[in-house]
Amino acid sequence: MKRRDFIIKGVSAGLVAGTAGGLGNIVKLAAAVPGSYDLVAVRDGEPDIMFDKAIAAMGGMPRFVKKGQKVLVKPNIGWDVAPERAGNTNPKLVGRIIKHCFNAGAAEVYVFDNTCDEWNLCYRNSGIEKAVKDAGGKMVPGNTESYYHTIQIPAGKSLKTAKIHELLLNTDVFINVPVLKHHSSANLSLSMKNLMGVVWDRRYWHRNDLQQCIADFASLRKPTLNVIDGYRVMMRNGPRGVSTADVVTMKQLIMSQDIVAADAAATRIFGSNPSDIPHIRIADEMKTGTLKLESLNINRIKI
Amino acid sequence: MRQLLYLKNIRKVISIFSFIAISFVFIAPPQWLSVGYVTVVTWLQFIPSAIQFTDVLKISAAGFIAVFIITFFGGRLYCSVICPLGTLQDIFSWLARRIKRKEHLRFSKAHSLFRYSSLAIILILLGAGSITGVLLLDPYSNFGRIMASLIRPVMVFGGNITAGLLESFDVFALPRIAYKDFHFGTLIFSALFLLLLIIMSVKRGRLFCNTLCPVGTLLGVLSKVSFLRIRLDESKCNSCGKCSKNCKSQCIDVAKKQVDYSRCVTCFNCLDVCPSVGVSYTAKFAKKAGIDQINTLEINAGARRRTLKAILVISAFSGLKAYATRVTGGENPTTIPEARTRVSTPPGSENNNHFNARCTACQLCVTSCPTQVLQPSLIEYGIEGFMQPYMNYHAGFCNYECTFCGEACPTGAIQSLKPDEKKLKRVGLAKFIEKNCVVYTDKTDCGACSEHCPTKAVNMVPYEGKLAIPRVDEKICIGCGACEFACPTRPYRAIFVEGIAQHEIADKPLQDKIIFKNTSEDFPF
Repeated sequence: MKRRDFIIKGVSAGLVAGTAGGLGNIVKLAAAVPGSYDLVAVRDGEPDIMFDKAIAAMGGMPRFVKKGQKVLVKPNIGWDVAPERAGNTNPKLVGRIIKHCFNAGAAEVYVFDNTCDEWNLCYRNSGIEKAVKDAGGKMVPGNTESYYHTIQIPAGKSLKTAKIHELLLNTDVFINVPVLKHHSSANLSLSMKNLMGVVWDRRYWHRNDLQQCIADFASLRKPTLNVIDGYRVMMRNGPRGVSTADVVTMKQLIMSQDIVAADAAATRIFGSNPSDIPHIRIADEMKTGTLKLESLNINRIKI
Repeated sequence: MRQLLYLKNIRKVISIFSFIAISFVFIAPPQWLSVGYVTVVTWLQFIPSAIQFTDVLKISAAGFIAVFIITFFGGRLYCSVICPLGTLQDIFSWLARRIKRKEHLRFSKAHSLFRYSSLAIILILLGAGSITGVLLLDPYSNFGRIMASLIRPVMVFGGNITAGLLESFDVFALPRIAYKDFHFGTLIFSALFLLLLIIMSVKRGRLFCNTLCPVGTLLGVLSKVSFLRIRLDESKCNSCGKCSKNCKSQCIDVAKKQVDYSRCVTCFNCLDVCPSVGVSYTAKFAKKAGIDQINTLEINAGARRRTLKAILVISAFSGLKAYATRVTGGENPTTIPEARTRVSTPPGSENNNHFNARCTACQLCVTSCPTQVLQPSLIEYGIEGFMQPYMNYHAGFCNYECTFCGEACPTGAIQSLKPDEKKLKRVGLAKFIEKNCVVYTDKTDCGACSEHCPTKAVNMVPYEGKLAIPRVDEKICIGCGACEFACPTRPYRAIFVEGIAQHEIADKPLQDKIIFKNTSEDFPF
């Protein structure tokens, strides 16, 4: 995207923002300038367009990515399924994020996931590998333990140490891009759950109170930005899904620096109550973020 | 006649080319292989092709017929350029000569009794329904095992180090490979076989091919009547014996000016060294060539020799320790052992009998399996099926969409399935052990098994409070092992796959109606 388009889109996003929230939001209009929101929610657009609007409302990518920085974009690429199955993050969204990073002057953008199905099949069949390469980013493997290094989690209750991928240690900016979906073990798979894909030993989490471990790990390094892909949403049989009948095209996108708030908003979109999702409730109690959406300055954008 | 002297070089080039091409399928990362490539490079391998052909009578499995035709025409060219184990022996002999100037070989009598009786034993075993003899002596399968269990670990280790170096320059083209499991049974067998092969080839050239190898013996019978053959021309031969000294089959009797065609592997070494063009490769009934047609050729074999480049490979296995699966759940070890009575055979193998009677344990499916769920057995199939692969769900699980092993298997022990067939092909059934399950023992959420299940045969159903516990729907379970692989409890897992003797067609995964969700016009917050 050209810089000029970007500014125009940014401005229009701001305009929409002023009208989108309904009456309840008018009070907050005075504060409604790009970059001052705690959370941006966009709906009814294509994944890439929704991201354009959201990041503009957040103040543009240069706010998060400085010239010459290395960026890690972490989508969910857990499964060997096609994009229509909504088991993985939308490739169009991932590609667009990378372009924004480069436009902001990123030196390099890396993408990886510690996948559940065979990694190279997931990378390929999710469409993400191609989207990343087309956008100029680099797909990095995460398939052997040698990529992972042990770190301490000081605030962790059940999870006190974990082996995390070296990219997390070597990059300046961390953009977390989960897909919103049903999850048979964690209720929902969102931003915090997506972080499970940067660690090596997931079995330990399952063995030692999964919900607590998810919240524990979120206390470690908060992503610079969380972007939740709610374009296609798997409503049941998650996290892998059985067929496209599990999927509803909802065309939503949530963006926030507060990982708990982002998950809480996405939970609402899914139709659940954030405090019913144990790992969101625990993370809120651990003060990793807040699930009280009413206390936040939210920009709601309809396309 | 002069062009015949190039035959040895042509033989060398083709044999090295086919050796490298076939080695690649055993040592390359699985994602670099395609079905087409694997099929082409294994097509002419005699025993796999013969096994497959008797099963399916397809032209695509007719490689061994081509080998028969080639042998009738030109002798045991198969042994000299197609068989990778033959080339491997040549490499050992050549290395031995380079390292230590050893004595030349000389003519020896055929070990006919040994040869034919070992072929007879193999055939009798086959007749009795056991493939064990073929499995243990097939040259292609032995080559596969040497590559898969001895060379591949070294390649993986070196490859991973190289990949790490490249990655420090931001190049991610070479994938690292997680080497899942060592199999000491296969490793030790392959090492001993290799040792035997080295000793035989260093001391006696192609002795293996002319004693133990069933393909060598069989083709030896045919090559006795081959059209083109090596001949000693009495009128030109000056009995210098160079041909015999360089004959790796030790089958040229200079005194009698006779060649034992059953042992000759048509390597053309004799043509190359003959100073008087007394040796020729000509039609069986060819007239003797006139002397005036031929000039004496000066051949300086020594000048053709090249210097040896020694490759040192450090096989430091200690680094592989890092790949070992981390044992978790130290706090609450599980108590009920997984009572598996039968391991699963890969999808497409239909049943244990079909699979065990056809698999020669070449390890091709093991090295090309993207998830490494296929691993060589020790005694899982009994002694007879030693080294035949089975589904090891602790090493990996069968990828739902993948049909590679069936398409790649050169013997047809695993037959190819269409993706839709494969997704319903049941090779085992998941069994849940509730008392081992985290949800039961710890009263916390887990559900790793259900997450990984591609058909949701393992589903989470309401349990105490807000917890959910796995339940298996056997009608739609295909036994892919994703649940067993993912289960975090140790030392025993809470869910495992019990093999079934006869593969079945599972019901299609349950699919509720499409969801119509009112996404309203507004935001729910």
